[in-house]
Amino acid sequence: MDFDIVALSRLQFALTALYHFLFVPLTIGLSIILAIMETVYVMTGRTIWRDMVKFWGVLFGINFAMGVATGIVMEFQFGMNWSYYSHYVGDIFGAPLAIEGLMAFFLEATFVGLFFFGWDKLSKRAHLVVTWLVALGSNLSALWILIANGWMQNPVGAALNPQTMRMEVTDFGAVLTNPVAQAKFVHTVSAGYTVAAIFVLGISAWYLLKGRHVALAKRSMTVAAAFGLAASLSVAVLGDESGYQSSEHQKMKLAAIEAMWETEPAPAAFTAFGFPDQQARETHYALHIPMVMGLIGTRSLNTEIPGIAQLVRKGEDTIRDGIVAYDALQTIRAVAPGSPVPAAAKAVFEEKGQALGYALLLKRYVDDPRQATPAQIHQAALDTVPPVAPLFWSFRVMVGLGIFFIALTATFFVLSVRRTLDRHRWLLKVAVLAIPLPWVAVEAGWIVAELGRQPWVIEGVLPTAMAVSHLGVATLLATIAGFAAIYTVLLVIEMKLMLKAIRKGPEEFTVAAVPAAPKGRTHAAPSVNQPQSA
Amino acid sequence: MILHELLSYETLRLVWWVLLGVLLIGFAVTDGFDLGTGILLPFAGKTDLERRVIINSIGPVWEGNQVWLILGGGAIFAAWPQLYAVSFSGFYLAMFVILTGLILRPVAFKFRSKRADPRWRARWDWVLFFSGVVPALIFGVAVGNVLLGVPFRFTYDMHILYEGTFFGLLNPFALLCGLVSVAMLVMHGAAWLQLKTDGEVANRARRYGSVAAVATVVLYAAAGVALWQAVDGYRITSAIVTEGPSNPLFKTAQAATGAWFANFENHPWTWAAPVLGLAAPMLALVLMRARRGGLALLASGAAIAGIILGVGAAMFPFILPSSLDPRASLTVWDSSSSHLTLFIMLVVSSVFIPLIVAYTSWVYKVLWGKVDGEAIADHRGHAY
Repeated sequence: MDFDIVALSRLQFALTALYHFLFVPLTIGLSIILAIMETVYVMTGRTIWRDMVKFWGVLFGINFAMGVATGIVMEFQFGMNWSYYSHYVGDIFGAPLAIEGLMAFFLEATFVGLFFFGWDKLSKRAHLVVTWLVALGSNLSALWILIANGWMQNPVGAALNPQTMRMEVTDFGAVLTNPVAQAKFVHTVSAGYTVAAIFVLGISAWYLLKGRHVALAKRSMTVAAAFGLAASLSVAVLGDESGYQSSEHQKMKLAAIEAMWETEPAPAAFTAFGFPDQQARETHYALHIPMVMGLIGTRSLNTEIPGIAQLVRKGEDTIRDGIVAYDALQTIRAVAPGSPVPAAAKAVFEEKGQALGYALLLKRYVDDPRQATPAQIHQAALDTVPPVAPLFWSFRVMVGLGIFFIALTATFFVLSVRRTLDRHRWLLKVAVLAIPLPWVAVEAGWIVAELGRQPWVIEGVLPTAMAVSHLGVATLLATIAGFAAIYTVLLVIEMKLMLKAIRKGPEEFTVAAVPAAPKGRTHAAPSVNQPQSA
Repeated sequence: MILHELLSYETLRLVWWVLLGVLLIGFAVTDGFDLGTGILLPFAGKTDLERRVIINSIGPVWEGNQVWLILGGGAIFAAWPQLYAVSFSGFYLAMFVILTGLILRPVAFKFRSKRADPRWRARWDWVLFFSGVVPALIFGVAVGNVLLGVPFRFTYDMHILYEGTFFGLLNPFALLCGLVSVAMLVMHGAAWLQLKTDGEVANRARRYGSVAAVATVVLYAAAGVALWQAVDGYRITSAIVTEGPSNPLFKTAQAATGAWFANFENHPWTWAAPVLGLAAPMLALVLMRARRGGLALLASGAAIAGIILGVGAAMFPFILPSSLDPRASLTVWDSSSSHLTLFIMLVVSSVFIPLIVAYTSWVYKVLWGKVDGEAIADHRGHAY
């Protein structure tokens, strides 16, 4: 496999996924915030809450369109750029994606139109139900996408079928209840809630600083602070659960995040700061905090967390097992369809088949893994170490920001309880400046999860380098340039429109109640262009 | 789990072949009128208000409609993983062009209305036009190439090698199929505008729709004749195994003149599909002239279903024939997911597809009626 094609395919996937992930968390979180605000409107009948829903709804709509547009690319990209992946694991991986469409995205996309267009066609309660259905749809979307992603990190409930030369599902229940997927789902969705909360908090703080739309801004902040505090705490708790799951299912990822080159006596120290050096296998200027890593990773005082060197040695053994499995697989596949499979080969494959993926790591160096030299086996084992420094840093950025969000939302929660939201201007300024930070955190989180999975596209089963489509370098460069150009232009326009809508503020909706009665479209109703002082 | 053996692998494969058709038709019928309306936008609407009426006629529903495409992608991945892998990697640049259109369309809807500048709006109007016409054309071109056979093969480890080029896709027969697709979606979009608008917009839509309906019949008939006279079909030459593992290389197949008409000869009732594809556009034409927008929309929807079913009936059991190595051709019997996955996906679909149809119908009912030009002019109801 031409390594350029692998690198370029990965670049394109990372580009489009990171870009899609700019919009998704905000959609997930803002949909819930809108539903909460509208619930207050329906329960209290105070129209300012409806105005809040409409105002934040405009920003939601701009963001939603971008999420949909970039999501389409994700749905087809596996087939386009990762055709061997699609063949090899489509039997399992395709199902959650299809169910996401059936159960979640259809719901979300069908009702989002009514959310915008249904204000004077639906009763108050019916519109509230519509808003909650949009929120439910976007959150269920995340569930199924993370079941699919969780399976890439911890591929349970499937086995290789030698006749079709692909993984096939054996236990769908195990795919659904995959502990990695569950932890990731709550962690990711909570991160989305945090993104939306900080977004609402920051923009509202800007209004308070300017003395505009004060009533709307204060109410929005109250919702955002309470919601954001609960969400950011949940992010931390489930982030910790994700880390614990990694110590069980993705030991190498955990070791790389920690830049733990050698196994340390339990409980291991946590490296708070340092400069990992992958060549020298050491971390310069490391600042260790005793015991913390062992406690987080194993939740015990006496369980060891294996270091990178030990995992590489173990990987080398697994590769040798994998070669045995590969040999048995070739024997089994050489049998004509319908003829009996030699029992010996079958027994060997059943015993060592789990290690097959490790033999496939050798395909980068040699066509037939059985011909691999000891040097190649050693090199393939070294390949199981993901790039340590980017992981180490992304993780620390993510966690640091997470702690900051807890502090920020907690502060504003206290202020809102004391009804002193606008007393400390410097805090409002901090909230405004914090607006971009949740995006930095979620993108760093994506890098930790997916770069940490390398060199595997399916952990332990299929190396990334094998999974790509056989496309030309020029073709890939053309589409990467194309996506980058379109996405950049759209992002610039999107930001401008968002800023314009924020600057314009919510006036246009605070009209003398256009009757919300169904079908009540009297032409005598006042035009929305006549702002009314609230 | 033993439950899945209630339905045989053969039955499940057939059911999923039918569902593949349902999804393609669902996409072409629902998102089809969005694409057609987008194509008609610069021509059926001359003033900004008229164009906003057109955009608002699909404004609340295009997002839901487009999910048929997403769902189609997901369902093909889950039920026909090799079809997903071969077609999207093989038609790579064509897919990229379609995706460009589909990325630009949602944002064009959303962004156009955010500024009043006429040049800004005109730019997005043309984006909506191209993001309608380009996917419509390329989807048709893709179907044409599928009928011709696609140059791919498998390695021993089932890696897919595609040996065609983007410009190779643009051959005369495939382009003819592309034009059928554009004509039928323009007809469908025009019928939609008949239903949802009145006045000048509806009049112009009627004129363009009539031309498109006639064009659909002529082009579809021409494509049928070309398929009969100039295109070889494919047939399986080994014993047909319907319950075997999904490995296309376990069979043999070859190109054969007239093979795409074998099903019609052996089962004459299958002629119903292409006959519907020819008759329903004429009916749509008559209904549009009679100003019966709703019925015209149903007729053009039936035309789309007939045209797509006609392709399916001709090719069965082939799904994606290979011109390079006919043995590698994907068929209903050797390119599906496993027995268990097909069963699980069928259970999930039988729960959710009726639910989707139910709530989608409810949404259309809520939005029933003509788009109100005055309300649009007043910017009421969060309109685009």
